[in-house]
Amino acid sequence: MTTTADLQQQDQAHDHHHDTGGDTVFGFWIYIMSDCILFATLFATYAVMSTSFAGGITPKDLFDLNFVLGETALLLFSSFTFGMAMLYAHRKSMPGMITWLCITFALGVGFLAMELYEFHHFSTSGASPQTSGYWSAFYGLVATHGLHVTGGLIWMLVLFAHFKRDGFSKANMVRLACLSLFWHFLDVIWICVFSVVYLMGVL
Amino acid sequence: MSSKANIVTEPDIIFGKLTWDVIPFTDPVILPVMLACLLGGIGLFAFITKMGKWGYLWREWLTSVDHKRIGIMYMIVAVVMLVRGFSDALMMRAQQALATADEVGAGYLPPEHYDQIFTAHGTIMIFFVAMPLVIGLMNIVVPLQIGARDVAFPFLNSLSFWLFVVGALLVNISLFVGEFAATGWLAYPPLSGIEYSPWVGVDYWLWALQISGIGTLLTGVNFFVTILKMRAPGMRLMQMPVFTWTALCTNVLIVISFPILTVTLTLLTLDRYVGTHFFTNDLGGNQMMYVNLIWAWGHPEVYILILPAFGVFSEVTATFSRKRLFGYTSLVWATMAIMILSFVVWLHHFFTMGSGASVNAFFGIATMIISVPTGVKIFNWLFTMYKGRVEFSASMWWTLSFLFTFTIGGMTGVMLAIPAADFVLHNSLFLIAHFHNVIIGGAVFGYFAGFTYWFPKATGFMLDEKLGKLSCALWTVGFFVAFMPLYILGFNGMTRRLNYYDNPEWTMLLWVAAFGALIVLAGIVTQLYMGYVSIRDRDQNRDLTGDPWNARTLEWATSSPPPFYNFAKTPVIHDRDEHQYNKDRNTAYAVPESYEPIHMPRNTWCGIVMSGFALIMGFAMVWHIWWLAAFGFIGIFASVIIYSFERDKDYYVQVDEIEALEAAHLVHVNPQGLRAMQDKKSNLEA
Repeated sequence: MTTTADLQQQDQAHDHHHDTGGDTVFGFWIYIMSDCILFATLFATYAVMSTSFAGGITPKDLFDLNFVLGETALLLFSSFTFGMAMLYAHRKSMPGMITWLCITFALGVGFLAMELYEFHHFSTSGASPQTSGYWSAFYGLVATHGLHVTGGLIWMLVLFAHFKRDGFSKANMVRLACLSLFWHFLDVIWICVFSVVYLMGVL
Repeated sequence: MSSKANIVTEPDIIFGKLTWDVIPFTDPVILPVMLACLLGGIGLFAFITKMGKWGYLWREWLTSVDHKRIGIMYMIVAVVMLVRGFSDALMMRAQQALATADEVGAGYLPPEHYDQIFTAHGTIMIFFVAMPLVIGLMNIVVPLQIGARDVAFPFLNSLSFWLFVVGALLVNISLFVGEFAATGWLAYPPLSGIEYSPWVGVDYWLWALQISGIGTLLTGVNFFVTILKMRAPGMRLMQMPVFTWTALCTNVLIVISFPILTVTLTLLTLDRYVGTHFFTNDLGGNQMMYVNLIWAWGHPEVYILILPAFGVFSEVTATFSRKRLFGYTSLVWATMAIMILSFVVWLHHFFTMGSGASVNAFFGIATMIISVPTGVKIFNWLFTMYKGRVEFSASMWWTLSFLFTFTIGGMTGVMLAIPAADFVLHNSLFLIAHFHNVIIGGAVFGYFAGFTYWFPKATGFMLDEKLGKLSCALWTVGFFVAFMPLYILGFNGMTRRLNYYDNPEWTMLLWVAAFGALIVLAGIVTQLYMGYVSIRDRDQNRDLTGDPWNARTLEWATSSPPPFYNFAKTPVIHDRDEHQYNKDRNTAYAVPESYEPIHMPRNTWCGIVMSGFALIMGFAMVWHIWWLAAFGFIGIFASVIIYSFERDKDYYVQVDEIEALEAAHLVHVNPQGLRAMQDKKSNLEA
């Protein structure tokens, strides 16, 4: 039987061929690029539908930039806190990382709550996904981003369990790096949503 | 099939829209097929149970993460689905031959059934025949060609395969439970909207494509990373075998275009399920948005299918001309040019949208420009053969037939690229003839060439060459007899998808086309018989050297079938044709001083179980059984989370096992070297 030490040595010997951690992060980058195309398609749809109000309610009647600014602040700040969590993770400081990750989680939940409140408010004010082509495209784009954030939050919960069990293992660090990429990516998408949907919507 | 009266408009809380009425027990066409499938399924189940092979199947195949086995499973599903898709083709040809106003009558298929058949034919042939043939070939060949142990993410590979199987299953379930879409293979709204397709056909189409499409996207990511990060040391990009190059470009296209399909299908799903207005007629919906989006995916998809076929021809031509491929660099650049250009031509699928002369001119010219790099490739293959010592093997037959057939298809494509001509030919049988000309004469012939060429590598024994050549001849002749009449009929004004026509002048040519389809059928039967004969006589046709064609690239340096770890020692690459390079210098099949343990991934239950939940979810969504859909959805994510907590995902293959496996190959290709090594080892031990 081979011992764990032997296996680690073999791992290093095979590094040129089995750098799975690096490959995973690279693969995740590629996935994010494809997700970028997914959002690009939704943005294109939104652009085409941007005046398809069918004589109904328009974004100018509903959008409240101050509210969206609050949402944006929560999400952008959560990117910063995730960055802090990464710094602590690289220092292998569990309490620091968990604290910052919890703050990130709370900010994410806050963002989602605001988004859901906004959707509810819009729907009851006469702008539901069924109202017109424009509102279909609006909900399609913004809710897809929201679903991604929800996915990121669930992933974060799973990661808490992974770190609780295995600590700063190589696999966990790779997972954390991927989630971090994902989280920052969602921020970039949100900045585009903020500019294209909300800012241009009230112009 | 079931009359519209059966449609449940208010879904039951337990069974959704599902009732016993949705199973077409009374349909004279479907009932026999249903019984045959049921009996066949029961027979297969009983056979496996009787042989006691369930455990073996589960451990060695269904849960396998080995790229070669996954590739073989893709091929098997593709062949089964080819039979299904081709049956649809025969039924259509028969219907059109019979369906004229003269004494024969209006055919034998009612319109709603006929419409489902042409939809199923297109959907199956593209998504569940051509795609698995491409991805199956990539799975079998690419890791071997680049000297890798497996793909970058073996579990994802298994998941991709099973998600694809779920899509194929949903399409087949729709034959017996409910209906399939009657909208054409791309399901344009508003016809595919809830108003005009109120029942479950389009939903089957949506979920089958959505689930298998996500599998394809994962494949794209997986192989892109594999090719860029896992090449053997020394293999620079411009030293990759051409098939790997074309696979790389195909995977770039998959990663870029499949998200568009995902979104397009999702938006149509929302229109149908939630009542949004993306593509509806009213309240600001925009149908042309759908047509643009689906073709922004659909045109790159055409090149996803054809580029790997070009790769196959490059490998086959070089091997059987006993020469280096002529103009490797130009061929690689031509492939990349096609890859990029494929994103700027989508509008040629609907010049009649009315986007104006300038826009149409741009897309028309862009389309014509694609024929330049494609032409470059044709010359690459011709000049590879020129002054070569060409050996006319079965794969070479497919290649030569391709060169001739595909060139004709390419020329009619350039005709269709002229917007003014397209206004006349659009939606006619001329178009049908054109794209079958390039897909059959280009892509499918390529997959068959590749299938024949790499079959011994994957299985360890050869396909019967004579039957292979016969099937190629039948396919080629059958293709021309079946589709040349359609070019003429298109010129004569016959539009596509007609289940009835009142112009008796067309009947004669449609009978000719039907006869051509029968010749193709003979070709397919020959291929199935070739499979049977080759498996029956496999002991006489073993490929013991691993290099039956005296070929040039790295995959031929291992045994056939290769050991699960592919290469005992990671090869170091010196040349584009690495195996030929070593053979020329007598350094092929070198026996290493010693072996080291090899790190390999374990098989996993997760891919097939996740896909099982995806099947439940897809079926439940089609029938509006919300609780079951939620169950499937949660099951998918619960499976992957549980899997992420597993510790025992890989293991080391020990040296004695490697030694035994390698010796079994080396004894055939380098007996002296093997003996010398064994002597040395026993001396050391003594």
